[in-house]
Amino acid sequence: MKLLKLVPQDTNIKFLKFRAPFFIFSLLLMAASWALVATMGLNYGVDFAGGQQIRATFTETAEAPVVELRETISALENIEDPVVQRFGQPNEVSIRVKLPPEAEGNPEFANEMTNAIVTAIEAGHPDIRIDGVDSVSGKVSGEFRNDAVLALLAAMLMVALYIWIRFEWQFGVGALFALFHDVSVTLGMFALFQLEFSLQIIAAILAIIGYSLNDTIVVYDRVRENLKKYRKMPLPELLDLSVNETLARTVMTSLTLLVALVPLLIFGPSSLFGLVAAITAGLFIGTYSSVYLASPILIWLGVNSDSFVPQETDADRQEKKVLGQL
Amino acid sequence: MLWAITLAFSAAALPSLLGPAGVELGEDSSAPQINLGLDLAGGSHLLLEADPEEVARQRLENMEEAVEVALENATPEIEFGDTSRSDGRLSFILDTPVDIDRARGVLEPLMMGEGLTREWDLSVIDGQRMVLTPTDTGTAVALNTAMEGAVEVVRRRIDLLGTKEPTIIRQGDTRIVVQVPGLQDPQALKEQLGQTAQLEFKLVDQQALPTNTLAGVANPGSQIFPYATGSNFEGQFEAVKRLGGIRGDSLTGAQAGIDQRNNENIVSIQFDQQGGQKFAQLSTENVGERFAIILDGEVISAPFFNEPILGGAAQISGNFTAESANQLAISLQSGALPVPLTVIEERTVGPDLGAESIRSGLIAMIIGSIAVVTLMVATYGRFGVYATVALVFNVLILLGAMAIGNFTLTLPGIAGFVLTVGAAVDANVLINERIREERKRGRKVITAVENGYKEASRAIYDANITNFIAGALLFWFGSGPIRGFAVVLVIGLVTSVFTALALTRMWVSGYLAANRPKDINI
Repeated sequence: MKLLKLVPQDTNIKFLKFRAPFFIFSLLLMAASWALVATMGLNYGVDFAGGQQIRATFTETAEAPVVELRETISALENIEDPVVQRFGQPNEVSIRVKLPPEAEGNPEFANEMTNAIVTAIEAGHPDIRIDGVDSVSGKVSGEFRNDAVLALLAAMLMVALYIWIRFEWQFGVGALFALFHDVSVTLGMFALFQLEFSLQIIAAILAIIGYSLNDTIVVYDRVRENLKKYRKMPLPELLDLSVNETLARTVMTSLTLLVALVPLLIFGPSSLFGLVAAITAGLFIGTYSSVYLASPILIWLGVNSDSFVPQETDADRQEKKVLGQL
Repeated sequence: MLWAITLAFSAAALPSLLGPAGVELGEDSSAPQINLGLDLAGGSHLLLEADPEEVARQRLENMEEAVEVALENATPEIEFGDTSRSDGRLSFILDTPVDIDRARGVLEPLMMGEGLTREWDLSVIDGQRMVLTPTDTGTAVALNTAMEGAVEVVRRRIDLLGTKEPTIIRQGDTRIVVQVPGLQDPQALKEQLGQTAQLEFKLVDQQALPTNTLAGVANPGSQIFPYATGSNFEGQFEAVKRLGGIRGDSLTGAQAGIDQRNNENIVSIQFDQQGGQKFAQLSTENVGERFAIILDGEVISAPFFNEPILGGAAQISGNFTAESANQLAISLQSGALPVPLTVIEERTVGPDLGAESIRSGLIAMIIGSIAVVTLMVATYGRFGVYATVALVFNVLILLGAMAIGNFTLTLPGIAGFVLTVGAAVDANVLINERIREERKRGRKVITAVENGYKEASRAIYDANITNFIAGALLFWFGSGPIRGFAVVLVIGLVTSVFTALALTRMWVSGYLAANRPKDINI
């Protein structure tokens, strides 16, 4: 049986030849991402912004009347700028409203708001089915924001620390930078497309951190091995060799993840779409950053073959001398 | 040994797999099953928070009453005045400074809590003003007691609503998580939990001028309460005497009913023995006087004591509907919440949505798994088959571990399963690619396979440990559904390392030992 070889063996692609332009491109991409987050802002869901989200299905209407719903709800007392979006199937919607200050800590107020909205919609569309209600107070959403930032920072720092311990400090810095890039670009995409940013997306970003790191570690592991094996090879060449040697694995693993994720993206539950879409995009971002950010940084940070070979210290030399004289 | 672990965990997965497949397991099946999260099973999740300042305020009020009783009962009585409760402290001036030492002696026992911990500090300033300050320990103990009580009351109320298998857990110092699967009417639950049901009976201040009461000015020793929304005197106020009333936390029962005389909805209540005696005393001493029935700071009604009420039972009427009378009865029967709770987070999912999610998630997972398996077998042949079998066991062991550990499968957890399927083969990819390389370099089959496992395992461990760190942080950070995602990812990492490294290695060496192939197709 002839086996499939997605990547021919003995590839010799000069990945690092264009490391400087790619690096500048990445820096620009990160800057653009943060600029987008700063100017357009993230489309925070109720998890982070507080407020109330109602998810509903119109069981006998093919397409949810989003525009009409927006008008109906805006006309209600106490409600400003409701966000009405299609959610998953064409007949499913998500309605998001801010809770006025009076509602803080007052369950009846939130109840009345839900009732008012549902009653208003039911008047025109008796086939509405309420699938879920999420209501998050400003206090809790503020805690979620803090915890999310803390979790992302802690995750990046701790894995960088682990890599520093297992490899060398340059590798830790390289991995950290690549991860920061992945997180930045993911945030930038969410700002650009104004996709709802919820707790699930934080989970997705942490998963992206994990898988991006997988790629980085596989390449780094090979770099470490080759540094010991080819003591005289110039670093750029050695990095290219390492990336090429692990290329078949990188492609194969990205592909298995992709073929597992895509069906979930297409057929999976609509409430998972944001999570799965973020991880799928992160798969590409992470693979790119392992090759074009994590590796060239090693050159600039001055990794060399001595990094993994115990160095002769002055004391060692002194000892040798003494032993030699004897 | 490896087989024993594999089969034990896989067997544990069976009940969870057979259950949804429609196989009857029997009612008494004690095999552990995976719990479905609320986002899959449908239901309500509520996060309730207590206000610690409210606990402190009530504690101060109780202390004021205790001090008053203690000083009055001293022989001879210790006279005092100018009582004030500000900055969380209680202070008052003794009429004669000579009484200081005697007052100390009387009050000192009140300052200590159980186990002789000091719950209040007693100090004297300017020679005759006594100041009682709650200690941090005392405040913490009071909050803890109040929260423990609140959890109990919440549990009783939910039980009275007749819901099945609620989860009620204390979270942190001031919060309670309530999860009720498959609840039809979350609003009734919220209203029920939002009601403190602190019932008080206080004497109406007969000297209060109606104009003053309306303007919110109370006589010394009195306070003003508004009438409840929906009561007969909605919008009006009542001035009542602050002390000397009865708290309704000593009830043994409460039922909604109808007054036969006027067909009004009422709630009849029964006091416990002590409460009954106090109520009898209050009504005997104040025949002909009015008293206010106050629920959570709002007056329901203010009837007259027409005659001494000695039986330890009373009726409350206040323009109730049948529904509101019933709700009040449930709240009273389950006892007052020691501290008011507010809902600060609510998530409700309808049961239909969860079932749809499981179905579509399962379909996506099956398609994804078939694609992954096809890719692996087409690329690595026999070694791909080993990886596939390992993957099947990986999913089984993961399910089994979740059942044994009593973990909850949530909607994001389904995504976690799919991710695990996609990522678990990475270890085998690394190993197989390495074996290919070693073969290409001309190594013998056995050496190539051995090197493949040995050289690849370094990266496999490093990658999985860092992934584990990210997953563990997600578990720490996340709540509910997100935690379900982290659980699947983290357990999946452990099981995939086990199946991809240990199991496939066992099978590969078995194959090599039995056939001693000169060449392998990889």
